[in-house]
Amino acid sequence: MAENFEPVIIGFTCNWCSYRAADLAGTARVKYPPNIRLIRMMCSGRLDPAFVMKAFANGADGVMITGCHPGECHYLEQNYKALRRYLLLRRTLAQMGIEPGRMKLVWASAAEGVRLADEITKMVEEVRELGPLHWPTLKSGNGHLVALESKPEEVKA
Amino acid sequence: MTTEPEKKPKERIGVYVCHCGTNIAGIVDVADVATFAGEQLKESGVVISRDYKFMCSSLGQELIQKDIQEMGLTRVVVAACSPHLHENTFRTACKQADLNPYLCELVSIREQDSWVHTDKVAATEKAKAIVSGGVERVIHNEPLEPLHVPIHPATLVVGGGIAGIQATLEIADAGFPVYLVEREPSIGGHMAQFDKTFPTLDCSACILTPKMVTAGNHPNVKLYSYSEVEKVDGYVGNFTVTIRKKARCVIEKDCTGCGICQEKCPKKVIDDVYEAGLGYRKAVYTPFPQAVPKYPVIDKVNCTYFQKGTCKACEKFCPTNAIDFTQEDEIITVQVGNIILATGYDLFDARRISQYGYGRLANVYTNLEFERLTNAAGPTNGNIVLRDGMTVPKTVGIVHCVGSRDRNYNNYCSAICCMQSLKFAHLVKERTGATVYQFYIDMRTAYKDYDEFYQRILEEGTLFVRGKVAEVTDAARLPGEEGKLIVQVEDTLVGKQRRIPVDMVILSAGLEPRYDSKEVAHLFGISCSANGWFIERHPKLDPVATMTEGIFIVGCVQGPKDIPASVAQGAAAAARVLGRIQQKEIALEPVRASINQDTCSGCRICNNLCPYNAILFHEDRMVSEVNPALCQGCGTCVAACPAGAISGTVFSNEQIFAQIEGLLMVNFEHVAVAAQG
Repeated sequence: MAENFEPVIIGFTCNWCSYRAADLAGTARVKYPPNIRLIRMMCSGRLDPAFVMKAFANGADGVMITGCHPGECHYLEQNYKALRRYLLLRRTLAQMGIEPGRMKLVWASAAEGVRLADEITKMVEEVRELGPLHWPTLKSGNGHLVALESKPEEVKA
Repeated sequence: MTTEPEKKPKERIGVYVCHCGTNIAGIVDVADVATFAGEQLKESGVVISRDYKFMCSSLGQELIQKDIQEMGLTRVVVAACSPHLHENTFRTACKQADLNPYLCELVSIREQDSWVHTDKVAATEKAKAIVSGGVERVIHNEPLEPLHVPIHPATLVVGGGIAGIQATLEIADAGFPVYLVEREPSIGGHMAQFDKTFPTLDCSACILTPKMVTAGNHPNVKLYSYSEVEKVDGYVGNFTVTIRKKARCVIEKDCTGCGICQEKCPKKVIDDVYEAGLGYRKAVYTPFPQAVPKYPVIDKVNCTYFQKGTCKACEKFCPTNAIDFTQEDEIITVQVGNIILATGYDLFDARRISQYGYGRLANVYTNLEFERLTNAAGPTNGNIVLRDGMTVPKTVGIVHCVGSRDRNYNNYCSAICCMQSLKFAHLVKERTGATVYQFYIDMRTAYKDYDEFYQRILEEGTLFVRGKVAEVTDAARLPGEEGKLIVQVEDTLVGKQRRIPVDMVILSAGLEPRYDSKEVAHLFGISCSANGWFIERHPKLDPVATMTEGIFIVGCVQGPKDIPASVAQGAAAAARVLGRIQQKEIALEPVRASINQDTCSGCRICNNLCPYNAILFHEDRMVSEVNPALCQGCGTCVAACPAGAISGTVFSNEQIFAQIEGLLMVNFEHVAVAAQG
């Protein structure tokens, strides 16, 4: 089973840099594994830690958070706020028994399509090594009906 | 809170999967994706699912419009290219069919799927996941109205080179105010340094200075020379720009530009900027006689008075008492609706290629130095001579692609060097009769009349050696090489190494982004490419706009280009800005945060997170409120609110939670089996 394991990673992207980097990778036909599914936000600062929890709860094996390089945020400095949340969240996840390697923060400017593709490729391999995430209450791969509504709220408080 | 999937779907959703010719359909089984959406996503409310060859075509759009009207669709999901390309297309189509445009969601299965993956089965599965994410998300989309923002009629142009001047004049001539900010004491840019321009051999100053004077005197232009932009606040239509007008130490209203101060100043300084280090200027100076504005500046670093406390020769001799040593920098704030950046380029520093000997071997020149050498107003009055100031060279070697098309320095072609080198060859021949060698990799003479110019130079007898120069040295090994510079080159057409002795070497150094391009990009909220050139909105179809509304880029900031292209871009950006001003307002994405006054606990966590100070705290009611005029929609406060009282339109919690659910609905094991097979 393990060798057939194809991880699914949810990637959160910033409208101004990493989403455009993903578009650029596409335009330049840079290849990376199909295991990542991207969500666009206006800024990495929009990342509510509950989004990461929700992704894990619904069956994602990894979460990639991407944003503009420090000092290059379209909204001046909000990527630093994403960085702070990421650091805190990493500790919270560890306490919940989720390996730190399942969540990654990547800075990618709008020009760095190749870099983003490389980071995705790397992360897919790393998460493949870690194997499937066995979230305690998750029964099946289809997480649509699994109710974990209380968890995100606990994290927020 | 996430929403429970409902038994009876409340929305009627249409899903449209685009083939994009073979761009998507070549990798993704689009029919399978459409079937999946129609069958598996019924519970979520999908009532119709189609695939079509080109959704963005008018037929594709009509398909959606017909379904909206005939089937009563309340939501639309289009799976096609990036929303940055066609979101507007499909939103407009929906709007025309009386569906609120924000109830349409465009998900990317091209840039983020078919173009980046090779495994057809896995790519199809991913496309299904992406469509499913879009369907779940669109349920929570709200009908919105775009924000209408008034456009301030004034424009800021940063950089007074030819591109910036052109943009300034186009807008000013149309009757709207322009603030032109230039860092140097005079506008004119690099073009003011040149003697002749290719391919017509027009005198550069003759065609440029009239434009400079017009820009300087234009009633609609406020020129801030010797000034820099310090801060930019606001957004399209309403930028507040802070400009630092550096102290000239010359009172502009009193100065007549007579030049006596420059004559009397005892301090000579090497002019690194305008004369490219070949000539001198005084400590009080205008860069060149035709400078606009005509007022000189005092260079405080070199001025004897500022360094030693005595001198004041300029003050003593000034007939109008226009010298003011106590003048201080002035901070000016202006309101503008649009900004055009034309900050130009820096020359590649030829010292970095040490084997070419620039800075070490006296008679190795850069292209900019040679421009000054040939310029009648330059340090040698236009005489082409060696560094000793008298010897006329008998042989001249021109080295192409210095710092360009070279993976050690810059991969890109600097676009102007071939034509510029041909121009140099002509000027050397014309003025000295010397033998000229061109050392080139490839001759690139595209565009109107350029190749004819190349033919002309060939006929004039310039010698062309195809090969990259390995070294320029003064170490003579063979008879006839003593006292010469020897160009060591592999002649790739003959297939052998050659040593060619010359008297003078001109290095065609390439163009590089300004040393501070990263800071400038950050100041104006736009992006740089990996090379440092500013990124345009679309490389082919929108070369002067940027991803940031209201900021335009013209001339070499966008990439190396010659004068005609810079002028065309300057005019193009001006046309865009004028269109905006004429419209009087612009519609913006209504991405804004708002705080529910009933659930806000007044904790004020959000207050400090906002970089635009858009969140106010009402002391009386102990609640916070977002000022929508200041909010830029980043969503940081939405994510931070512990009470969940802040919501953000277009990217609400409900939308993102639903999208996560949707993206993860597609069965993983299927993917695993597929990937294995």
